[in-house]
Amino acid sequence: MEMNRDDEGAKLGMWIFIFTEILLFGGLFLVYAVMRNRYSDEFHQAAHQLNAFIGTVNTVVLLLSSATVAMSITAVRKGEKRKGVLFILITLLCAGVFLINKYFEWGHKLSIGLYPGSEMMVGLKHGYILFFSLYFFMTGLHVLHLIAGSIILTIIMVRIQIGSINAGNNVLLENGGLYWHLVDLIWIFLFPLLYLIT
Amino acid sequence: MAETITHSYLENTGRYKGILAWLTSTDHKRIGLMYMYAMMVFFIVGVLLGELMRLELFRPGQQFYSAQTYNGIFTIHGIIMIFTVVIPGLAAVFGNFCMPLLIGARDVAFPRLNLFSWYLYILGAAIALSSQFLGNGPPDTGWTFYAPYSIQTHTNVVAAVFGAFVLGFSSILTGLNFIVTIHRLRAAGMTFFRMPLFPWSLYATAWIQVLATPIVGITLLMVIAERWLRIGFFDPSLGGDPILYQHLFWIYSHPAVYIMILPAMGVITEIIPTFAQRRVFGYKAIALSSLAIALVGYFVWAHHMYTSGMSITARWVFSLLTFLVAVPSAIKVFNWVTTMYKGSISVKPPFLFALGFIFLFMIGGLTGLSLGSLATDIHVHDTSYVVAHFHYIIFGGVGFAFFAALHYWYPKMYGRMYNFRRANIAFGFLFVGFNLLYFPQFVIGIMGMPRRYFDYLPQFTLGHQLSTIGGFILLIGIIIMLVNLFSKKGVKAPDNPWGGKTLEWTIPSPPPVENFDELPVITGEPYYFE
Repeated sequence: MEMNRDDEGAKLGMWIFIFTEILLFGGLFLVYAVMRNRYSDEFHQAAHQLNAFIGTVNTVVLLLSSATVAMSITAVRKGEKRKGVLFILITLLCAGVFLINKYFEWGHKLSIGLYPGSEMMVGLKHGYILFFSLYFFMTGLHVLHLIAGSIILTIIMVRIQIGSINAGNNVLLENGGLYWHLVDLIWIFLFPLLYLIT
Repeated sequence: MAETITHSYLENTGRYKGILAWLTSTDHKRIGLMYMYAMMVFFIVGVLLGELMRLELFRPGQQFYSAQTYNGIFTIHGIIMIFTVVIPGLAAVFGNFCMPLLIGARDVAFPRLNLFSWYLYILGAAIALSSQFLGNGPPDTGWTFYAPYSIQTHTNVVAAVFGAFVLGFSSILTGLNFIVTIHRLRAAGMTFFRMPLFPWSLYATAWIQVLATPIVGITLLMVIAERWLRIGFFDPSLGGDPILYQHLFWIYSHPAVYIMILPAMGVITEIIPTFAQRRVFGYKAIALSSLAIALVGYFVWAHHMYTSGMSITARWVFSLLTFLVAVPSAIKVFNWVTTMYKGSISVKPPFLFALGFIFLFMIGGLTGLSLGSLATDIHVHDTSYVVAHFHYIIFGGVGFAFFAALHYWYPKMYGRMYNFRRANIAFGFLFVGFNLLYFPQFVIGIMGMPRRYFDYLPQFTLGHQLSTIGGFILLIGIIIMLVNLFSKKGVKAPDNPWGGKTLEWTIPSPPPVENFDELPVITGEPYYFE
């Protein structure tokens, strides 16, 4: 059976998959819009509870990681394998920093009893409940995507190292990079909606 | 390449033998058949559950089982039939089997992803079915999982909802695969307007699958989070909004109706020119009306919610759009009928099923207009009129088109013919049984019989009894049809038993593994009958 390699097709498939991911989050953005409209004052106050500093650090870290993925693609295209691996490694480190920050952020909220279904939460005003539910649901789903993206990038890194992704055949790396930009992009929208509009 | 022996795709030539050779195969034809076998099992389970409901409704009052059991049965009937049978439906079975043949390709764009979609389908179906046996009994919300009841009931909603989520993922990946296949793998010379019309309808379907399914995916995840974590999006006691659930649900689930019906229309468009031996009338109108349905169908969802609480403006806008979406469907019907005009018609079983489709789909479509207009909908909302309308479209439409497609491509799939006379008898039972089953439900619906009710007032007895009798006539028809097709091998089928002009009839029956020895080059329109 002859293998039929079609990079254009692979990229088209990835773009369509990215559309579906954006629509998946789109449902949540819709819920956010409806609830923000209904409880705008309470959303406004609840947002003060989030730590904008950690949010900003995570934004910078993710932007940096997107840049390094793009640099890795360029490096591999030029045949510089070592640099390609190195830039993916930096990306993965950024993902790690993001997760550590998230751990402390969520840990703090859980320790003071601010999570969906907790006694404290159920006693709050409706707007607060919905804000924090959205916060946990949206950032939680985003973190799941970040972890999935990290696993994909790890596989890609190994493949660059063993040479099955190289200057002539790198569509997998490109698609992994596209996915990583998606993870970054969704955060770029979550950050102002949850942390900055206070 | 001089001495190549081409094996049929049904023979095992690879590493594995027996069932493993199928379960590891990335051949689109085998995957299509695997979808079909799984789907038939689910279909039979769904049919039997439906017959159980009809038995209980034979007389007013309790006959065989409790009201709670009835709630579980209609919910599971809906979940099985919608999510595991008609949504994958024709696209998964005949789309997989035929689409690469029709566009002159050796396989779909991502064969391994295609097999993965099948496994996701089986996994999702298994999870959904497990809701029957695990936890606190079968879910009793109806297949729509409306909040807030789906959040409060103690039955096993989470498994059913998660199963539907996984099935949705499978559907998205199939859609993605088909879009890329149609864009990248058409035979040389096959422009979009030289492509047969079944792939056209699959193309429109695939876009809906890709663009609508994620919305229901996230909505179902929200329902699970509501139940486990009390996030409160849809729970009024926490400030949430149940109507918001309905919107999010129908944003997918209305377009899902077009995911079901568009491939059915595509199949009918293949069958009618072949058996009328005429080029299809209004080729471009049919092709573009598929896209129009996909586009407008995306914006009509709230016509399920006229009585739920919406502004007057929202209601008339959605009503207007609902009437608009009827236009492209009607365009197709007119073109099918016109294709037959002055044709040399031979009434073989596939054509008979296609005619059945047109008749039943027209009744389903016209009764849909009275549901789409604001005033009449208030009267028949949530009555068995809606049940009848829905089944005329989905069973009379999608179901009969599925049977038509099965009888049309069966010789290509298995390289065998079947008994025409028995197929015609099966059609007779199916057609009469179907109408007797669902038409009385229009009548008692207008009289006020609510849907999803376990019990009813004495004046509805006649309608329910006719309906139950029809249900069993229909069951006999299904049995005759399946026995005729699958009980014994018929005579060997020629390559082109019906005189069709599309590419699948140019290759042997059953097709070789790689479909085409040499990829065809297309120089003209797909239906060039003299």
